[in-house]
Amino acid sequence: MKAYSAVLKARLSVLLQYRSAALAGLAAQVFWGFIKVMILEAFYAQSGNSEPLTLAQATTFIWLGQAFLQLIPWNIDKELEQQIKTGNVAYELLRPLDLYFFWFFRAVAMRLVPALMRSLPLFLFAGLAYALPPPVSLTAALSFIFSLSAAILLSSAITTLVIISLFWTISGEGIQRLLPHITLLLSGMTVPLPLFPNWMQPFLNLQPFRGIIDIPSRIYVGIIPSQEVFYYIGFQFAWFLFFVLAGRWLLKRAIKRFVVLGG
Amino acid sequence: MAIISVDSLWKEFSVPKRRKGFFGGIASLFSREYLTKIALDHVSFQINEGELVGYIGPNGAGKSTTVKILSGILVPNGGQVKVMGRTPWEHRIETVKEIGVIFGQRTQLWWDLPAIESFELLKEIYHISDSVYKRSLESLVEALELSRLLEIPVRQLSLGQRMRCDIAASLLHEPKILFLDEPTIGLDAVSKIAVRDFIRKLNKERKVTIMLTTHDMDDIESLCSRVLILNEGKIFLDGSLSTLRKKMAPERRLIVDLIHDQEWISDPQATVIKQDGQRIWLSFDPSLISTQAMITRVTSKYSIRDLYVENPPVEEIIARFYQDVNL
Repeated sequence: MKAYSAVLKARLSVLLQYRSAALAGLAAQVFWGFIKVMILEAFYAQSGNSEPLTLAQATTFIWLGQAFLQLIPWNIDKELEQQIKTGNVAYELLRPLDLYFFWFFRAVAMRLVPALMRSLPLFLFAGLAYALPPPVSLTAALSFIFSLSAAILLSSAITTLVIISLFWTISGEGIQRLLPHITLLLSGMTVPLPLFPNWMQPFLNLQPFRGIIDIPSRIYVGIIPSQEVFYYIGFQFAWFLFFVLAGRWLLKRAIKRFVVLGG
Repeated sequence: MAIISVDSLWKEFSVPKRRKGFFGGIASLFSREYLTKIALDHVSFQINEGELVGYIGPNGAGKSTTVKILSGILVPNGGQVKVMGRTPWEHRIETVKEIGVIFGQRTQLWWDLPAIESFELLKEIYHISDSVYKRSLESLVEALELSRLLEIPVRQLSLGQRMRCDIAASLLHEPKILFLDEPTIGLDAVSKIAVRDFIRKLNKERKVTIMLTTHDMDDIESLCSRVLILNEGKIFLDGSLSTLRKKMAPERRLIVDLIHDQEWISDPQATVIKQDGQRIWLSFDPSLISTQAMITRVTSKYSIRDLYVENPPVEEIIARFYQDVNL
């Protein structure tokens, strides 16, 4: 375990070097946050019906989504992609480590660093500009943090699975084009999931990506009452486990079949 | 005691066959034909503890494939391999703990971090205890003169400096076996000699068993007492450098500097292979005429300022060998 935490630590210190990227990302996310909130306001002003979210809740959803955008598994580790493409991935096997967890902790670092660097200033900003309310209760605040941690694990397991899939597709182009759209939409980042039409809700409630932004946000604004929190965090962990097992199974097959190199 | 033993190792790859043209491309979408390429064809050899063996062969001969199988990252199609008593691909994690691998063409260091941070990561990955780490880092820093390089991000190091750091990185866990894949490629003369000296010392003093893959014949000549030559998946020769010489190039060279210009040497048992101004290179077979007799004959017939005898360079022997087997 110590080896994997060392991998995580080393990756963190590499990624922390990209401060200007974080700053630029922060500016872009603030900008998009404003636009989304304005659209929502216009939408709420026009709609006569009662909506499943109040405007204040919906605005909170938007800013939480903006703050934790980087937790969404919308991209992959370029270095690993290159390694698989060139076959250099074989050399990763020279380490006395389990390759799956080696990659998984790289993914955790990749999700954690940009999210940490951007979320705090964004929280401060949205807090000041929009009077972003704090979580509805202390229990909600603690559950939110717990659920967010589960979201990081889930997202990292999805990222790792996507990386492993590159053994079969060689070029990751196709999957990398699709990934942002699917993940942004289904995690509730583009439009809060409760605002989707009713007939879509059964599907939206079961798919794994809601575990990343939607569930933590619902806990934060109190749509999920504290007595149901365990069920939702259990949901996140169940999907996490699924992606880990699927990833490990595929990686095992990939190594047996595909480590074909000349020389 | 053999630390590495390889017995009729067999590895084949199947590569999809490309069909020509547009329609061929479409046909390939539906059914693919595969070509089987034999990478290793019943290769057998043994390496004893403390040996320093040169593993050479033309590009595509199967050298890297062998090294990958020995380090457990590739599964062969047949044959027996034992590395320190274990079958590497069945016990990958235990095997890689005991070996170090250096690839001249790539680095195992983290590009954006100073080498020392990569070292500390490797310490955790290999579960190296504090005392062993301290001891091995100190001795490597001293032997490879790393003290001023450790804090610099790897991307800012020169190739020679990076290679020294890479060598240190693969030895931190004090492996018993070291695979070196072209460790001197692209290095300047000073760095090459430094790397060679270090490899020699490592083998002599720490008794590390070393398998060296290279195209640089100076590496082989200055380091290896034994060479394994691989060609098209088969072991072509396993023996000392002098065995190789006898087999491939039994002749001697006599290099003569004449006093007068434009003179030509002719001798029934020697052939002129090159002439450059007053210098002439003669080649003769020492089993037909002794070196001494050859010199006597040449010096009695011509007026000579200087002369010396040499063996054909290893480089040339190997080149000749590659040509022979590929024709």
